[in-house]
Amino acid sequence: MKMIKDYEMVIGLEVHVELKTKTKIFCNCKTDFGAAPNTQCCPVCMGMPGTLPVLNKKVVEYAVKAGLATNCQIASFSKQDRKNYFYPDLPKAYQISQYDLPLCEHGWLDIESDEGTKRVGITRIHIEEDAGKLVHDDELGTLIDCNRCGVPLIEIVSEPDLRSAEDAVAYLKKLRAIILYTGISDCKMNEGSLRCDVNLSVRKKGTDKFGTRTEMKNLNSFAFIAKAIEYEYKRQVDAIEAGEEVIQETRRYDPTSGKTYQMRSKENANDYRYFPDPDLPGIVLSNDRINEIKSSIPSLPDERKYQYVSEYGLSPYDAEIIVSELFIASFFEEAAKHTGHRKILANLLISELPRLVSQDSECVPADPALFAEVAEMLGEGDINSSTAKKVLKEVISSNADPRKYVTENGLMQINDDDILKKAASDAISENPKMVSDYIAGKSAAFKSLMGQCMQKTGGKGNPVKLTAFLEKELSDIRRE
Amino acid sequence: MNDILKLSVCRLSELLGKKEISSSEITAAYLERINKTDGKVGAFLSINKDNAEKAAADSDKRRADGKPLSALDGIPCAVKDNICTKGVTTTCASVMLKNFVPPYNATVVDKLENSGIFSLGKLNLDEFAMGSTTENSAFKITHNPRDLSRIPGGSSGGSAAAVAALETPFALGSDTGGSIRQPAAFCGVVGMKPTYGTVSRYGLVAFASSLDQIGPLTSDVKDNALVLQAIAGHDPKDATSSKKACSDFTSMLEEGAAKLRIGVPTEFFGDGISEEVKSGVLGAAEIYRRAGAELVEVSMPSLKYALPAYYVISSAEASSNLARFDGVRYGYRTSKQTDDIDSLYLNSRSEGFGKEVKRRIMLGTFALSSGYYDAYYKKALKVRTVILEEFRKIFEKCDVIIAPVAPSVAYKIGEKTENPLEMYMGDIYTVPVNIAGIPAISLPCGKTKSGLPIGMQLIGNHFSEALLYRAAYAFERESGISGRTFATV
Repeated sequence: MKMIKDYEMVIGLEVHVELKTKTKIFCNCKTDFGAAPNTQCCPVCMGMPGTLPVLNKKVVEYAVKAGLATNCQIASFSKQDRKNYFYPDLPKAYQISQYDLPLCEHGWLDIESDEGTKRVGITRIHIEEDAGKLVHDDELGTLIDCNRCGVPLIEIVSEPDLRSAEDAVAYLKKLRAIILYTGISDCKMNEGSLRCDVNLSVRKKGTDKFGTRTEMKNLNSFAFIAKAIEYEYKRQVDAIEAGEEVIQETRRYDPTSGKTYQMRSKENANDYRYFPDPDLPGIVLSNDRINEIKSSIPSLPDERKYQYVSEYGLSPYDAEIIVSELFIASFFEEAAKHTGHRKILANLLISELPRLVSQDSECVPADPALFAEVAEMLGEGDINSSTAKKVLKEVISSNADPRKYVTENGLMQINDDDILKKAASDAISENPKMVSDYIAGKSAAFKSLMGQCMQKTGGKGNPVKLTAFLEKELSDIRRE
Repeated sequence: MNDILKLSVCRLSELLGKKEISSSEITAAYLERINKTDGKVGAFLSINKDNAEKAAADSDKRRADGKPLSALDGIPCAVKDNICTKGVTTTCASVMLKNFVPPYNATVVDKLENSGIFSLGKLNLDEFAMGSTTENSAFKITHNPRDLSRIPGGSSGGSAAAVAALETPFALGSDTGGSIRQPAAFCGVVGMKPTYGTVSRYGLVAFASSLDQIGPLTSDVKDNALVLQAIAGHDPKDATSSKKACSDFTSMLEEGAAKLRIGVPTEFFGDGISEEVKSGVLGAAEIYRRAGAELVEVSMPSLKYALPAYYVISSAEASSNLARFDGVRYGYRTSKQTDDIDSLYLNSRSEGFGKEVKRRIMLGTFALSSGYYDAYYKKALKVRTVILEEFRKIFEKCDVIIAPVAPSVAYKIGEKTENPLEMYMGDIYTVPVNIAGIPAISLPCGKTKSGLPIGMQLIGNHFSEALLYRAAYAFERESGISGRTFATV
């Protein structure tokens, strides 16, 4: 492990995103996920002889949206190419993709990393068609489901700018957020509408030259991606330290063992024999058209993040969490209309998120106005933070009116100085051990005394004031 | 011989309109003719008797009701077997697709049906349209109806032979490097390769997508224009089909040859051309001159590069287009026990494809392979640009080009089968047209001493079909030569 610190990993990601167009890229078949096998295909997407592809214009529009949202240059002329290889899930024995003239190039996005904000380059975004699915059945053998054949994809290739598993996951989360905001894909990793291949190499820190890279496939969750990166990093460093060579190859990650295994080496790699698809004319985009698409893109995560930080005073870290999903950001913004205590609102929201939303969530299941009311009360000192949590639970479970609930249950914060002063001096006089511990320098004793104060005020005492009274009395005792 | 068979499409259409003949009578006459002569000619791979008779009866009913679909409603035809016909086997003359029944029509077939035109059957070709003699068919040899010991040309040999043998009023063929024009020349009929994008390729089993174009083969020029009119036009299912509105192909037909500037390209009359073909075509040029046309000498210095460029581009595209025939979803699958997918591919493709198809797949795969792409495919694309530019310059000097279709007339069956390179050389005059995507019409312009047809082609600029028909029609009238000039079986 001493050795591993001398190395750094260099990661580039290839992300495939299924576009949620109503119809496929080259025919009119539907793209709905989960339909019965071979019910969403036709002679065109099944590659029957004589059939021809006609490009779905929505696919270009969506890909350009993705490009504009990630600061790419959009090509005024681009073309489609055939990538030739034999596989039973590929009916034409070639995939229509883009080779040397992709739709979008030279983009970037920013991620929050340990070293602050980091810019990650995006090499290119191109459009292509998805392949079908092979289903292995014990009795029937291998079956082909062509529903996915011709579902439109974009492939987003990053520069090798990522240096850790955290970087990679942060990049993916950011990319996912941006794509979700543009509305061009569901980005559901469990349904395969967002898929990621990891290119990873290692090199000695301080060197510029890239090491030999491997490509890892079959990574279908953020957690697996992080684990696979850590494993592969160590595997490559171990190999180099043992005097072995890292072989350029494609590796498959096995989530069960947490290891990666060789799929095929470079020697066995396909020569894809790319050439321009003669069935498809070039894609020409005017500046007007590009601007038209640009104007249809909603406010993106970074723009909102900037607003939250500069106008609402949120920390960049908190803002990043809120903008990670459009529905969370929308909820936050709606709630923020109802209170001036936006920072408190953000804190409450972020601390409640794990309970409120799961991976498949598409909304925050709470009334934003009521949620904001809790933040407002907390901010105004009407309740303290432990009460706030209690009230939020009620807001979420039964849409309770927070103010009414607090009044009815007598949960209003006690701000009366006399009551609080008494609670503080009672706590001190009743707990001489805690006091002596505190004076002896044990800071934990202060917390215990605060606990006593809270108990005496039924958990409703204003913690700021209580702290002040406690500190005052204790310093008086010390002076004596 | 039944008189119906001698009537042009144009004449049949008139008689149908006047109700002096019925579609059922026409259809019966042709089915009888096929029955009588096709045993010797071998143009048809399948005959669609029941469907044709039913379609004829339906047409007669429409005519009786006064609701014909078009002027051509009720005219039968025959279709090259690489054009998909719904519910009817479409084999491409390959073992690979021996039992393939498409669940869809090619757009041209839909268009014909929408005009009330129907198919008598499917016509023989070189396997997947690769060849110049129709000898590469996996199923049968087609004989030239003008001399049964000779090849009909190819790859649309069945189409040309069927028209020449009076087995169909017209036929559809496809032309990737001369496959309509050369058999038309060898069989003494009229064949048009339209501008790329004029006729939809949807449903034409692709050989080389950037070169393929469907076109008509007929007994005379006017028929050809009428049929092209019926099948041309933009198709939303083919992204390469032109959105330009189709002109009326017969609009200039009667305008004659006077004032036409006819280009005579030097390189097309150089080494390798037979004397009889050369003098036949130059004789035709002389007829034009006498009819008031102006002959202009033009030059295409890059002609010699057109052939290698064509074989690289067409084979490259073919290697990709034919990759889908892998024995997995449809078509031929090996009966050998296979344990892995690679041997399923290997055996199915080895057994399902013929020699010439395999040769081109290997040639094309090689040309696209990493390390060779620039030297072959990319260079071929550069030649393509040069050829286009040379044609552009030529058409500044003339309206149409007159040229031979092939260096020789129809040769003996089996004469060149062992020498593929020599066979490829025969495409020298036809491939530049496909490379440039321009139209050309092939029509008979004379005969050899032994009575074999000599063909010539008229080449025009993009979308100049109407002009080509005018020039061809003028020649037909001046010379008195048409598809009906030559003896047939």
